Amino acid sequence: MDCADVCEAGPGTRPLPAPEGRGAQGPGPDRSAPPPATLKILVAGGFGAGKTTFVGAVSEIEPLCTEELLTGLSEADDPLEGVESKTATTVALDFGRITLDSRHVLYLFGTPGQQRFWFLWEELCAGALGAVVLADTRRLADCFPAVDFFERRGIGFVLAVNEFDGGHRYTADEVREAVGLAPEVPVVRCDARLASSGTRALAALVHHLLTTARHPRSGGPT
Amino acid sequence: MSATRATGATSAVRAARAARATGTGTGTRTGPRDTPWLDDSAGRVMRPYTATSGRTRPDVALDLLSLVSATGVRPRTALGPEHSHVLRLCAAAAAPSVAEVAAQLRLPAVVTKVLLGDLMRYGAVTARAPRFLNDPADDLTLLRAVLDGLRRRL
Repeated sequence: MDCADVCEAGPGTRPLPAPEGRGAQGPGPDRSAPPPATLKILVAGGFGAGKTTFVGAVSEIEPLCTEELLTGLSEADDPLEGVESKTATTVALDFGRITLDSRHVLYLFGTPGQQRFWFLWEELCAGALGAVVLADTRRLADCFPAVDFFERRGIGFVLAVNEFDGGHRYTADEVREAVGLAPEVPVVRCDARLASSGTRALAALVHHLLTTARHPRSGGPT
Repeated sequence: MSATRATGATSAVRAARAARATGTGTGTRTGPRDTPWLDDSAGRVMRPYTATSGRTRPDVALDLLSLVSATGVRPRTALGPEHSHVLRLCAAAAAPSVAEVAAQLRLPAVVTKVLLGDLMRYGAVTARAPRFLNDPADDLTLLRAVLDGLRRRL
């Protein structure tokens, strides 16, 4: 989808005075310049794997949490009982931003861990570069659904092993074998609390995407 | 209506804000997260759809990552506090995304989209759809730019 004005209204190129009570936030991009490319990376993993911490650590803005409204029922295999009559609910999404340069802004979405909200991921996946799947080696199985999800859709991802204090340290190969990852999927260690560590995991993902981009995603790199 | 209900929560909100500020010294990050409608201990003090007069569907197509910016046009009609807040956020030097506006407001994205739709109809706000990757030939260039950008931060 090319960038396009959704709404044509008003003298959009006129420089704006800073509103009262909220000064300009540093040198913003020139309004007449083309808009930055919107890049999106998903951060997934089981409940408590450190998604919120990860997004908060690498984001340049205060870790934000937005809510998406879900209408209608979720998937048929929703394991929850007693909520059949519920027609609308909200689900929280962790949200972060990294301005890479004047033309590229990277957004991070920490996707809801609960499986029943996964239909929301379909929306989030549209246009996403790829995903970081966080794994806690104490509960490795919790990351399986996320791994399955991205594998099935051919979305590139890396498995980032969040090294919790007190957690047993496994080698990358041990983790790869336990999760049943394809050999090309990188397994990286990370400390979700550290911006540098999280940024390295993101860089590992993009490097992985670069090395696999030569194979068209639709065909599948066999 | 919302103002009256919000008044009682103000001190609690301030206390929560202070607690959060001391708890997490996040340096350069942006301003307060609370709004008159959300009290950290009591939860919501206003139903989200009060802000939209009960409307639940935005009349414009907005992605969570659409960038919204104020045009400088002042709406002829008087704006409620929620609309004014949205407009202030849109007037930031760097156009925020819909998701950021929603998060700052602490209202569900769809409610935020309804509010933004109103402001777009008034000509006060424009939105730019996100530019997503679609051409694989462009991917490599873009991915390299992203990788360089990430590595510069290390």
